[in-house]
Amino acid sequence: MIGMSIVKRKPLPAWVMLVIPVAAVFVTLLITSIPILIAGGNVFKAYGALFQGALGSKFNLLETFVKASPLVLTGLAVAFAFRAKFWNIGAEGQLFAGAIMAAWVGIYFTWLPSFLVIPFMIIFGFLGGGLWATIPAFLKTKLKVDDVVTTLLLNYVILHIMGALLFGPMQMEGSSWPRSASIMDAAFYPMLIARSRFHLGIIISLVAVLAIWFINNKTVFGYQSRGVGINLNAAKFGGINTNMVILKTAIISGGLAGLAGVGEVAAIHHHLMMDVSPGYGYTGIVIAMLGNLHPIGVALAAFFFSVISVGAQTMSRVAGIPIYIVGVIEGVALMTMLIFILLTEYKIRWTKS
Amino acid sequence: MMSEIFTVTFITGLIAATLRMSTPIILATLGEIITERSGVLNLGIEGTMVFGAALGFLTTLATGNLWLGVFVAALGGIVLSLLMAVLAVYMGLSQHVSGLGITIFASGLAMFIYRLVVGSPIVPPVITPFTPVAIPLLFRIPILGGSFFTQYSLTYITWALIPLVSIFLFKTRAGLRVRTIGQNPFAADTVGVNVNLTRTLCLAAGGAFFGVAGAFLTLAHQNMFLIDVIGGRGWIAIAMTIFGNWNPVMGAVGALMFGFLDAFQLRMQTLGVDLPFHIFLMIPYLITILALISVSRKATVPAGLLRPYRREEKG
Repeated sequence: MIGMSIVKRKPLPAWVMLVIPVAAVFVTLLITSIPILIAGGNVFKAYGALFQGALGSKFNLLETFVKASPLVLTGLAVAFAFRAKFWNIGAEGQLFAGAIMAAWVGIYFTWLPSFLVIPFMIIFGFLGGGLWATIPAFLKTKLKVDDVVTTLLLNYVILHIMGALLFGPMQMEGSSWPRSASIMDAAFYPMLIARSRFHLGIIISLVAVLAIWFINNKTVFGYQSRGVGINLNAAKFGGINTNMVILKTAIISGGLAGLAGVGEVAAIHHHLMMDVSPGYGYTGIVIAMLGNLHPIGVALAAFFFSVISVGAQTMSRVAGIPIYIVGVIEGVALMTMLIFILLTEYKIRWTKS
Repeated sequence: MMSEIFTVTFITGLIAATLRMSTPIILATLGEIITERSGVLNLGIEGTMVFGAALGFLTTLATGNLWLGVFVAALGGIVLSLLMAVLAVYMGLSQHVSGLGITIFASGLAMFIYRLVVGSPIVPPVITPFTPVAIPLLFRIPILGGSFFTQYSLTYITWALIPLVSIFLFKTRAGLRVRTIGQNPFAADTVGVNVNLTRTLCLAAGGAFFGVAGAFLTLAHQNMFLIDVIGGRGWIAIAMTIFGNWNPVMGAVGALMFGFLDAFQLRMQTLGVDLPFHIFLMIPYLITILALISVSRKATVPAGLLRPYRREEKG
């Protein structure tokens, strides 16, 4: 009989860590060609259409950046939380919280001088997402309630709060749909490239990548947050106020997801509605893992999934592959990346007995 | 409005709906309890339920056979759980992330297969769902007859499974083995229990439960497959596992509570209470969080939960 055991291996050189995500992406596309074949598609034509649709023209490429912006932010949100082992599965809900705040400022703060409207939306959106994330952080640190479950359940709570607002006080006058009035013109994120939707939020996402990189590598808080993730008790004995670190981590994590919500309201929809996010918060989990919890990795992974999700529309049209292939690719990518990370730390040893 | 609440029809309907709506959550909670008792948290639960709902529905749509749909849904759940076992048990990957991976993958795959089979018709296809089975004689009892004794076969089966899972876990040698692995896999290994195989079997059993729980929603509760058919019920089951302190009976009580809140909020909506209906939709989730808070201090998590078992990494 052949047995399998998993043993630790010596640390691999740094370049391997750069190759790993690329290899994982390649293997993922190889695996997901199976459902494409089953759907009766030609794999080369289908993937060709996918990349053509996402990258094939200047307009398509800019659209891919537009789609990547919220994914970068939710990816960072999850990565920053996971790094401290704060299991924030609630980026979707924190995005909603940010979107609600952005719409609130954008619709009702008409008394503000117009140059302050966007800064206010950003600050309120960040705080909305951040404060929403402090609920599970508080429950985890003070009452020992499992963070996975609370962050997940709170997604549904905020979704229904948003629904109640959109059927109640925030509903557009005369509308029977769950949508708010439009935000004022001064609240629109400016478009930075003519005849495209390349907007301010994309720059904000890139700034967020740098900011998280800076926090992770150059600040005491970044080290403390990582320390809490690696070994909570050691961090505690080392004199770190771990509860405070987790709370701050939650605010930053939720705040980033909140910014994704601000961007969707201020740049894309220009009003609040139930479908403000097609699951960006959940895709953020996949992105965080594929990016190996590193901010630059997250940015690249977000771009990759943006390619997949923009390109899948073309692939669906040209090759007749159902658009839900996106979810399959996301799931397979996550599992493949997990296995690849494992193989950098361990090797599989086959034994005969 | 009060007079409307205290009619026999209303109460009978409310109890019947509570029992109906708690069925998939009880099933999923039982499955998760078996799995977690062996030391594996399966966050693939939500996606596995979506997969079971889709597979069960499509099988019945194609064959007209409801029980075949249930069977295939169980099989689908088992297959996904075996995938979970490869990742989280044999490779020892993070149970959190593996499970979420399964959920994302399975939800995507379910929708993908559904679209592939039915295309995009304007009116979604429907099946003839299970009909409630009235238990002879007992169904004549006022209130109880119309609620407890006029339910779907799957609901009766689910009730039977509550004591059965309890007996399995607490009164049989196999159950003792499962619990030992969940508490201390090294001790179990020392006395010759195959840790990884047992965990895999528990995952498979749980997966079958999840698949059927999903299928209940498309084959009995409703007669079609909708994208948000599960709508977080898997996560509720995870919460009920904790609420029930990993005990099948207490977990089922929690699930019944959620079913009651769900049934009650639906009725409040139809009674025309003047509040946005989303307020009512929110209540079950809020109460679930409060319930978790109430038990958080005395929860006794299986000590081996979340820990992959590698013989050479003792301690």
